Order: sequence, then C-alpha cells, then structure tokens
Amino acid sequence: MADTTLNGALLAKAETVETPARRALRRLVRRRGAVLGLAIIVLFIAMAVFAPLIMPFDPTAQSWTAVRKAPSLMHWFGTDDLGRDVLTRVVYGARASLAAGVVSVGIAMAVGVPLGLSAGYLGGWLDILIGRMTDAMLACPYLILAIALAAFLGPSLGNAMIAIGVATTPIYIRLTRGQVLTVKVEEYVEAARAVGNPRWRIAIVHILPNILPALLVQATLSIAAAIIAEASLSFLGLGQQPPEPSWGSMLNSAQRFLINAPWMAIWPGLAIFLSVLSFNLLGDGLRDALDPRQR
Amino acid sequence: MLNFIARRLLQLIPTLFFVSVLIFSLQQLLPGDPATIMAGEERDPEVIAQIRHQYRLDQPIPVQYVYWVKGVLSGDLGESMRIHVPVRDLVLEKLPVTAQLAAMAIVIALTIGIGAGVISAVKKNSVWDYAANGLALWGISTPNFWLGIMLIFLFSVKLEWLPASGYVPLTEDWKASLASTIMPAFVLGNAIAAVLMRHTRSAMLQVLDSDYVRTARAKGLSERAVIFKHAMRNALTPVITLGALELGTLLSGAVLTEQIFTIPGFGKLIVDSVFNRDYAVVQGVVLVTATMYITLNLIADVAYILVNPRLRGS
Repeated sequence: MADTTLNGALLAKAETVETPARRALRRLVRRRGAVLGLAIIVLFIAMAVFAPLIMPFDPTAQSWTAVRKAPSLMHWFGTDDLGRDVLTRVVYGARASLAAGVVSVGIAMAVGVPLGLSAGYLGGWLDILIGRMTDAMLACPYLILAIALAAFLGPSLGNAMIAIGVATTPIYIRLTRGQVLTVKVEEYVEAARAVGNPRWRIAIVHILPNILPALLVQATLSIAAAIIAEASLSFLGLGQQPPEPSWGSMLNSAQRFLINAPWMAIWPGLAIFLSVLSFNLLGDGLRDALDPRQR
Repeated sequence: MLNFIARRLLQLIPTLFFVSVLIFSLQQLLPGDPATIMAGEERDPEVIAQIRHQYRLDQPIPVQYVYWVKGVLSGDLGESMRIHVPVRDLVLEKLPVTAQLAAMAIVIALTIGIGAGVISAVKKNSVWDYAANGLALWGISTPNFWLGIMLIFLFSVKLEWLPASGYVPLTEDWKASLASTIMPAFVLGNAIAAVLMRHTRSAMLQVLDSDYVRTARAKGLSERAVIFKHAMRNALTPVITLGALELGTLLSGAVLTEQIFTIPGFGKLIVDSVFNRDYAVVQGVVLVTATMYITLNLIADVAYILVNPRLRGS
C-alpha cells in the first residue's frame, strides 16, 4: 500500500516537472513580440504555400491594358510596368524569400555546425586551421562576399542561396565552437567519456543537443539576414531571374517608376520589412525564452 | 601592451593568407575558361593562347596564386579587363567618395544610436524606452535599399528638397556635396544606429546599476552630472570600439546605397564590375575591403585596451 502511494506521488511529481522545451515554449508565448512575429511568419508561409489558391492572377501574366494602374478594387496593390498584379507578385514573391532564408541558413548550418563541433571538441591543429579559415571568411563583409560568390557562380536563385549560405557559414562555425568549449567541460560530458563512449557519440549525442538552443536563436536571426541578402541580390539582378517574382527584383523595377507608380516600390519593400521584422522579433523572443539566467 | 599588439599582428598572417586563398579561389568558380571569355566572340585560338600566356593561365593553379600574391604584395591588384586601368587606381579613385559617405554615416549612427540608447536606459520601461527599442528593431529590419527608395520618393519626388542621385565632391561645393550625400549617409547610418543603440542601452543599464554611480548619487550630484560625467564615460568605451566593428555593415550597405543614389564610390565599383564580368576588379575590391576590415578590427582591439586602464597592464 505504502509502495503504491509512493509510486503515485513520484508519478504525479514527474508529471508536474517541466521539460526544458516546454518551459521555453511557456516563456515564449508570454512574449507578445515573439508571438506577433511567429503569427506573421505563419501568415507568410501560408501565403507562399497557398498562393495559387488564394490569388486570382498569374504572377507572370502581362497585360498591356493594365500597365501601372493605381491600387483599386480589382488590383488592391495596383499593377506594375508590365501590367502584372502587384499583390499577386508580392504573395508569390514570399516563396523566393522564405526559400532563400531557410535553404541558405540550412546550408550554413549543415557546413558550419559539424566544422565548429569538430574544432571545439577535438581542438589542436584542426581547431587552429578551422579558426583561421573562419577569421578569413568573416573578414570579408557578409553581403560583399555573397555578391562576389553569386557573381562568380552566375545569377540564379539557387546560386544566390548557395552564396548566402557560404557567407553565413563562419557565423555557425564560430558560434558552435564557442558553445562546445563551454559544454565539453560539463560533468555529464565527463561522465559520458568515463563510461567509454566514443568521441563522435559524445559530440553528437551529448554535446549537440545541449547547444541546440543557441543555434536555434541564431538560425532565426540568420533567416532574417538571409531574406534581406536574397532581396539585395535579386535587386542587383543576381538572385531570382525575371519574370519570376521576387521582392528584391520588384523593387529594382519599381525604382524607375517612382514618380508615376510609387505603389510598385511600397508593397514589396513592406513585405521584406515585415518578414525580416517578424524573424527578428521571434529570434529576440527565443533568446530570452531559452536564456537559463532568466528562469 | 606591446606584446599584445605583436601577438595580434602575428595572428593576422594566417588570416590574411586564408583571405588571399579565398579571394583567389573565387576565380576558379568561374564557369568556363576565362581566356575564352576574354577573347570575345571570335575566339581565335591564337588570341586565346596569347591571353592564357599573358595572364599565366597556362601555369598550374598554385603557381598562378604565387604570382598573384607577389603582385598584390607589391601593390599590383591586377588590371581591369574591361577598361584596362590598374585596379589599384580604380580603388584609390573611388575610396574617398565612400569614405566621405561612411564618415557621415558614422556621425549619424553615433548621434542617433548613442542618444537613443542613453535615453532608453535612463528612462527604462518608459514610453521613451519602448520607442527607442522600436526604433532599433525598425533599423535592423529595414532593408537599406528600400529605405533609400522611400527617402528619394519623399524628399526628392514629393518635397523636391534633395537631389535623387549623383555626387558632388566636397572640394567642389560643400553645400551641394552635403545635399547629395545626406540621404545615402542616413540610409547607411540607420542600421548601425540600431546596433549601437542596443549596445549603449545594455552598457548604460549595467553602469547605472554599479556602486560608483550609486555613490555619485549619494554625494548629491545632479542626475545630469551622474549620467554625463560618470555613467556615460564608462559605458561608451566598449560601445565605440564595438561600433568600429560595424565597418563591414557599412561597406556592405554602401554597395546597394551607392547603386540606388548613383554615387560613384567603392560599392558602385563592385556592382559595376560584377555586371561587366570584370573579375579582376571584383577580386581586388574584395581584397581591399577585407584588409581594411581586418586592420580596423586590430585598431579596435588595441583602442579597447588603451582606453581601458584595467586591461592595460595585463
């Protein structure tokens, strides 16, 4: 009987103990800015995924009878210099921007995290070599490196993603290395080593999960930076190629018609601003929610 | 102190080596044979062979790298394949324009960033604090090319106060020069102001909570004296050195800003050379940019130690 009561009490306690993930989520939803950011991101993702279902126009269809029409009931955001519906192009443009944000950060993490993990955990000459390479990449300003890479690779959305991903990689190498140096001296890592775990297993199973929160925060903020970088490359003609819509290339053509059709510049710019702002808000919120000092 | 500088200088050698490898490798990413591209549409095999020999493209890649580095070390950054002008001359011609823009941008960024950061910290959790934080978030999230276009729309198209594009050198007409650069400088300074504001706010909050500030208040000093004489002096030291590291943001920003405002500076040079497929210029400009960034990093590190008495002896 006593055993049953004890077990019951333990079970009840286990249920009330909060997992770190649940605690972070609870703290995240308390931050209004982060929730607002997340809501806007979800809206943009929905726009990108369901664009063909929600928009009545083709984003690339030109109409010579509807050139540079001001916003109206028919065209809420007006039309561009080739008679295309600006709202439709803004909605479809979310695809290029979000894809560029996620894919380039994915590339940067896929390359940067293993390199940072190896440098931080193994140390020695490998750490020195990776460290100096990272310093060299960080010495080239982010956008200039991305422009140079995109220029040498050739203009396309795919190459822009690779260029942004490569330019972002050193940030992940440095962040992962720094986090590993902090975590690898923890007692649980010592314990994992003491019981004879191989080095790769300690790095992947014991260290990596514990540095994920910092990587997650950085990823959210990097997506914001990557969206601006993709828009910048497309603005320069090095990203998404016409006639496919992209917020950056829309701004490029809008620049020529600022006097007669300012709406062509307002909406794509606002879309970039809102998407970047929402990732920054979410990133800031995540950083606070995952910060152990704020418990 | 001297030991520290010597150690930092030594660390620069491998970094610069990898920077040079990185920039040299860019050329290897080029699809196709550069000599064939340079030979034009006729693609005469003799011309191609001559170009290959002239630019040492017929040599193994490591040998090409050594020749390139030798040239760079003697100040030869190569020659523009399009206009046949040394890259060094192009850089020296364009750099003062961007330097003027950058100097103005830094003044704007320091004024807005530090001002908003101090107000935000002193009036913590007030409307001013929220407004300053909102301003910082706005600055970080606004793409500078969009901000530039919107400023042109407002101040050039609607109000007709400022020229939409072009550049007048300071030496020619300082008023016209300021008018032509104030908008691009604001665009460039905006993002840095946001970063500086965040640094200033957190540094000021930390300092305002310290014992010596409490002592200054207990002595009966006015709040103005506490903030300006005691708190700000200590809080701004790391902020200014951190601000120096924003040079990368400034140079990246200059690329698009100069493009929008048609300013013939360093940023426009890189974009124009990208579109003209003038890869020697791209390589040269990226190398100069990286070297400037590394040098400024070093200066910021040394300055930080110099202005921080506690670190000077260590």
